[in-house]
Amino acid sequence: MSGFQQVKSRSVVLRQTNIDTDQIIPARFLSTTERSGLGKHAFNDWRWQADGSPNPEFPFNQPANADRKILLAGRNFGCGSSREHAPWALVDLGLRAIVSSEIADIFRNNSLKNGLVPVVLAEADVQQLMERPDDELVVDVAACELRTPDGRAYTFPLDAFAQTCLLEGVDELGYLLARQADIEHYEDTRYAQ
Amino acid sequence: MSTPRTLFDKLWDAHVVSPESSTAPAVLYIDLHLIHEVTSPQAFTELAARGLKPRRPDRTKATMDHSTPTLPAGADGKLPYYTAAAETQVNTLARNCAEHGIELFDMNSDHRGIVHVIAPELGFTQPGMTIVCGDSHTSTHGAFGALAFGIGTSEVGHVLATQCLLQRKPRSMAITVDGELPPGVGAKDVILHIIGVIGVNGGTGHVIEYRGSTIRAMDMEQRMTLCNMSIEAGARAGMVAPDETTFAWLAKAPRAPKGEAFEAAVQAWRELQSEEGASFDSDVRIDAADIRPTLTWGTHPGTAIAVDRPIPAATDAAARKALDYMHLDAGHALAGTPVDVVFVGSCTNGRLSDMRAVASVLRDRHIASRVRMLVVPGSEQVKREAEAEGIDAIVRAAGAEWREPGCSMCIAMNGDLVAPGQLAVSTSNRNFEGRQGPGSRTLLASPLSAAWAAVNGQVSDPRELFAAQKEVA
Repeated sequence: MSGFQQVKSRSVVLRQTNIDTDQIIPARFLSTTERSGLGKHAFNDWRWQADGSPNPEFPFNQPANADRKILLAGRNFGCGSSREHAPWALVDLGLRAIVSSEIADIFRNNSLKNGLVPVVLAEADVQQLMERPDDELVVDVAACELRTPDGRAYTFPLDAFAQTCLLEGVDELGYLLARQADIEHYEDTRYAQ
Repeated sequence: MSTPRTLFDKLWDAHVVSPESSTAPAVLYIDLHLIHEVTSPQAFTELAARGLKPRRPDRTKATMDHSTPTLPAGADGKLPYYTAAAETQVNTLARNCAEHGIELFDMNSDHRGIVHVIAPELGFTQPGMTIVCGDSHTSTHGAFGALAFGIGTSEVGHVLATQCLLQRKPRSMAITVDGELPPGVGAKDVILHIIGVIGVNGGTGHVIEYRGSTIRAMDMEQRMTLCNMSIEAGARAGMVAPDETTFAWLAKAPRAPKGEAFEAAVQAWRELQSEEGASFDSDVRIDAADIRPTLTWGTHPGTAIAVDRPIPAATDAAARKALDYMHLDAGHALAGTPVDVVFVGSCTNGRLSDMRAVASVLRDRHIASRVRMLVVPGSEQVKREAEAEGIDAIVRAAGAEWREPGCSMCIAMNGDLVAPGQLAVSTSNRNFEGRQGPGSRTLLASPLSAAWAAVNGQVSDPRELFAAQKEVA
């Protein structure tokens, strides 16, 4: 994962609350041993009709929304399963930030490991942003700020470690591997008792 | 004097390799790592790409459950996998375990089953442990007084490589349930009721400790049902402090400590209680007398209501969409709703006591002609023990299908599907749109409610079973 400072894009709006991981990627697409190529199944059952044709009403099928990197979603986005296939699918679809008034814990953890920025704002602010999806928004990871073209800035919470990982493309596994001595010490102390 | 600590504080403190700071999360040691075929292959690929090996294969246990068929091998001896990809996934797990010396309960094992059924059954799950798995229902193991939670595949890789995770300490929530449960009301009704009260996101960012006389009176299988669905309220984990009930279960579990080691362990486990005066970040109190047989009407588990209460009027777009998807009307009770499919099983309700509950309803009865019913034991052991009691024969005589162990129709990855538009009463844990197959409609319910619905062909109040018994007496 390479680091990045900000995401700059217009947005796609899904107002639905409690969008669960089975909607983000249905379980029948988890029978894979790969992590790539899942974007075509993102929001599968909302996006594609039973005959395989695109549902023209679904925002991600509208040509104007192609290449948009920010999703504005209803409260409690990503609830449900621990499947990392959910952020894999969304990143493969082209998304780099999810803006909602609440993002489920495991989904948020998984997103951070895949360069998908979880942006939690007040519900009223999310609602306001949803009114203007064609505004080019800036999600500034360094400043923990979402900015609008008319100069509004919303601060969002981001753990300092998660922020460093996003900015520098630092890998958590590398960080843990560097703690080898601490881990050995812990094992020695705990199991010596 | 030191501040009184919660059970969760004690579990957390005991596993901190290095504490959290403003710039870095804590490094938390993991005692037991459970893996299965769906969320582990990409983690092994990542390790191989970095030239790493699992650090503690001895603390890693594997089983296959999600993609596995619940029909036996055909005449050719081959298992009827739903897709070639499913079979590849299962074979990939077997190869990874063989390569790294990880103990695997495979399709030929007498102890295979749903990961959250077999680990407690075998005694791998013990009080005081940290337990993770690439599966959100890992919260189940909290029933033993363990800190157990679901992780993503990247984190599966972290634990494989280092036996540790980077974690910020979640907040704590006490949910106290006091009083005696009425007949026909069980642990599934309790947890559905709780999620209905606190909401599908009511537990986000929290670890729940379930307390109170109702929880103390529950056996281990009921406590597992309860903790299993903590994630359905958004909680990181759920737990119950260990007690004599817990120790009695572990005394019989083959892989738990034995002899003197067991006695020493029990002594240590007795310390795993929240201390008098320990404070929680939030506190919820529930009166057991308020809990009735509970089901869900909508498309997330927070839409739980008692079987005889009217479905609430939609107050927002999400509720309207849910009612529309479910083809249900506000103002009517769920009782009486025609049912097409009944599923009993899953990591929530696939244990022996669940099978017994179903058999108690199906004995000398037949399911309605409109209903297809699948009863899927959670493990080979549950299957064996149920069959020894004749439960398989009762299930078959009633016109239902008795299957091989696995996740089956809960996640519907293995070909066990609810058809589009069909309505299922299911003892599983999620009623999301399409969860049990594209277009499927799911009502979550207890095993008693599910079996009684199968007999009547419509959602029914299982308290009727007990009222009838009283009259006979």
